[in-house]
Amino acid sequence: MTTVAVKPATMAQALGRALRDAMADDPTVHVMGEDVGTLGGVFRVTDGLAKEFGEDRCTDTPLAEAGILGTAVGMAMYGLRPVVEMQFDAFAYPSFEQLISHVSRMRNRTRGAMPLPLTIRVPYGGGIGGVEHHSDSSEAYYMATPGLHVVTPATVADAYGLLRAAIASDDPVVFLEPKRLYWSKDSWNPDEPPAVEPVGRAVVRRSGRSATLITYGPSLPVCLEAAEAAQAEGWDLEVVDLRSLVPFDDETVSASVRHTGRAVVVHESGSFGGPGGEIAARVTERCFHYLEAPVLRVAGFDIPYPPPMLERHHLPGVDRILDAVARLQWEAEN
Amino acid sequence: MTVMEQRGAYKPTPPPAWQPRTDPAPLLPDALPYRVLGTDAAAEADPGLLRRLYGELVRGRRYNAQATALTKQGRLAVYPSSTGQEACQVAAALVLEERDWLFPSYRDTLAAVARGLDPVQALTLLRGDWHTGYDPREHRIAPLCTPLATQLPHAVGLAHAAHLQGDDVVALALVGDGGTSEGDFHEALNFAAVWQAPVVFLVQNNGFAISVPLAKQTAAPSLAHKAVGYGMPGRLVDGNDAAAVHEVLSEAVAHARAGGGPTLVEAVTYRIDAHTNADDDKRYRGDSEVEAWRAHDPIGLLEHELTERGLLDEDGMRAAREKAEEMAADLRERMNRDPELDPMDLFAHVYARPTTQLLEQEAQLRAELDAEERHHESEGAAR
Repeated sequence: MTTVAVKPATMAQALGRALRDAMADDPTVHVMGEDVGTLGGVFRVTDGLAKEFGEDRCTDTPLAEAGILGTAVGMAMYGLRPVVEMQFDAFAYPSFEQLISHVSRMRNRTRGAMPLPLTIRVPYGGGIGGVEHHSDSSEAYYMATPGLHVVTPATVADAYGLLRAAIASDDPVVFLEPKRLYWSKDSWNPDEPPAVEPVGRAVVRRSGRSATLITYGPSLPVCLEAAEAAQAEGWDLEVVDLRSLVPFDDETVSASVRHTGRAVVVHESGSFGGPGGEIAARVTERCFHYLEAPVLRVAGFDIPYPPPMLERHHLPGVDRILDAVARLQWEAEN
Repeated sequence: MTVMEQRGAYKPTPPPAWQPRTDPAPLLPDALPYRVLGTDAAAEADPGLLRRLYGELVRGRRYNAQATALTKQGRLAVYPSSTGQEACQVAAALVLEERDWLFPSYRDTLAAVARGLDPVQALTLLRGDWHTGYDPREHRIAPLCTPLATQLPHAVGLAHAAHLQGDDVVALALVGDGGTSEGDFHEALNFAAVWQAPVVFLVQNNGFAISVPLAKQTAAPSLAHKAVGYGMPGRLVDGNDAAAVHEVLSEAVAHARAGGGPTLVEAVTYRIDAHTNADDDKRYRGDSEVEAWRAHDPIGLLEHELTERGLLDEDGMRAAREKAEEMAADLRERMNRDPELDPMDLFAHVYARPTTQLLEQEAQLRAELDAEERHHESEGAAR
């Protein structure tokens, strides 16, 4: 039996491969956005697509996010399956009216007659030394909009599998790409991609008994590092990667917390009105009698995203996570 | 190599030759709105078309009156009337082929009805029993759009998609004068021109955005002039002259279908009624202004032309009115029946694959409805 040479690939490459395969499989898939054509995107995710499929299917649009999403709505109304790239998290804001007033509710408005199978790719989060407006964690805005699915990969393999699933979905999907993981590498064989699975399932990335870290996207590697470091303190942490914020996988999350009895939600997004509040409430409602301590949140501060030279103080790091774990009322156990 | 690194002397030269990308002259609109009725051009208009337009205008006026009455009776939640704008509404519908798409705003239910949509379905949004009362793909009429100008990029995208698929389809999008101030108007026109999409934009300049007059909306020479900045032709037309609107839109549609790209048409008209039944137009305009526009009424103009030329007599007028009354009676009768509502529909179409969160909430509403029903039953039994 020959072993397939498994070459490490970056998340950006896996995303590009997902787009390529989706376009090859389905002629209605169109990629559009700023600089996605000739340049291949500022993060090179769409590299080579215009060359392979032509500029009609991988289109450099005018620089106007509402126009990009608005015209993509019209294309989807006609039966195409557009994949839109917003260049950066904070540059997606001009498209919010189209997103909230049309993309998210067209299916509902028309009693299911006109679904919009759109994927909106948004590089998000900080940690790359970006100047202002290049590092926002905007997921809470999307989560608060009924009718959207909100998905975010944290591994190279998931980048491929989840993006394929998002494009195949008949619901509009906001696909959040953790930009500081674009260059993360993993031994993933692009010729044997993981089975495409529907969005909405979380996964346990590390099994443990002491407490559960609930996280997603850019904070997963930080949580895994924290879990390793926690061993020295005698804590055996479980780490759940949500992968999908909407739909939210209550089952996997609740099962983990019932098992460990303690939970910390970790994300870059601000704490107040952020995803962690909703997650903590859901966990508490479902696992109250199993909990040894209140569900804690380790999040970005409730401040406008800091300038690059100060961002390390803002982003949840290993120490802040371990501090939170230490506050999970361990004394009460005895 | 920078200038600083250049060896020898830097020799200034003129910049590389600059050429305008598009000659603006052919794109410019006429100085005055184009007219047909009451001009020499009327002689060339097709009598059959004029008579058809007349019938539709009379029916449209009656539709506006009936919908307004239904609002006063509480049968509609709100009605933005297009009284006075019937020529635009009717012409927009009539210039399209069946395969073409219409993108209406909330004031354009008459255009949808003139295209053949059942008035009850057209009024669903305004009745309030659902948001869109028809299958947009079946009728090729996009959902009535309430957020201003946001339907315009949809029209561009749809027209572009059809063109990419090799389909011979044109999209016609309606917007008002106020809507031209929105960013989506700008972005839609820009995308349409860059893509040379087969789309026609019809601005019904009815003088007001609720209470704000055009002078506070724009400093442009005309709204049609805005086209030139995008590299597409702008046309200015008398929006109360049904023959002129029909002609200008027909040309724009044919131009788009032939691969000529988009056109912006400004139809100068007037909103005779208040913004909606909830508006008080006495606060921002005088009767004399309204009366001046009543003297330039779309039905009056066409009726005058047709009778002058012997194409319409009393019998013809009566026949048109009778047809309109039939439509109104049917609409009244059906709108006076209470719609059948199923609260569970609230959850039925949010997602193709509903979230577990939504399924839980759906179960909650189901339980509330069941409890309500049991309560009613026990009350009934107690009596």
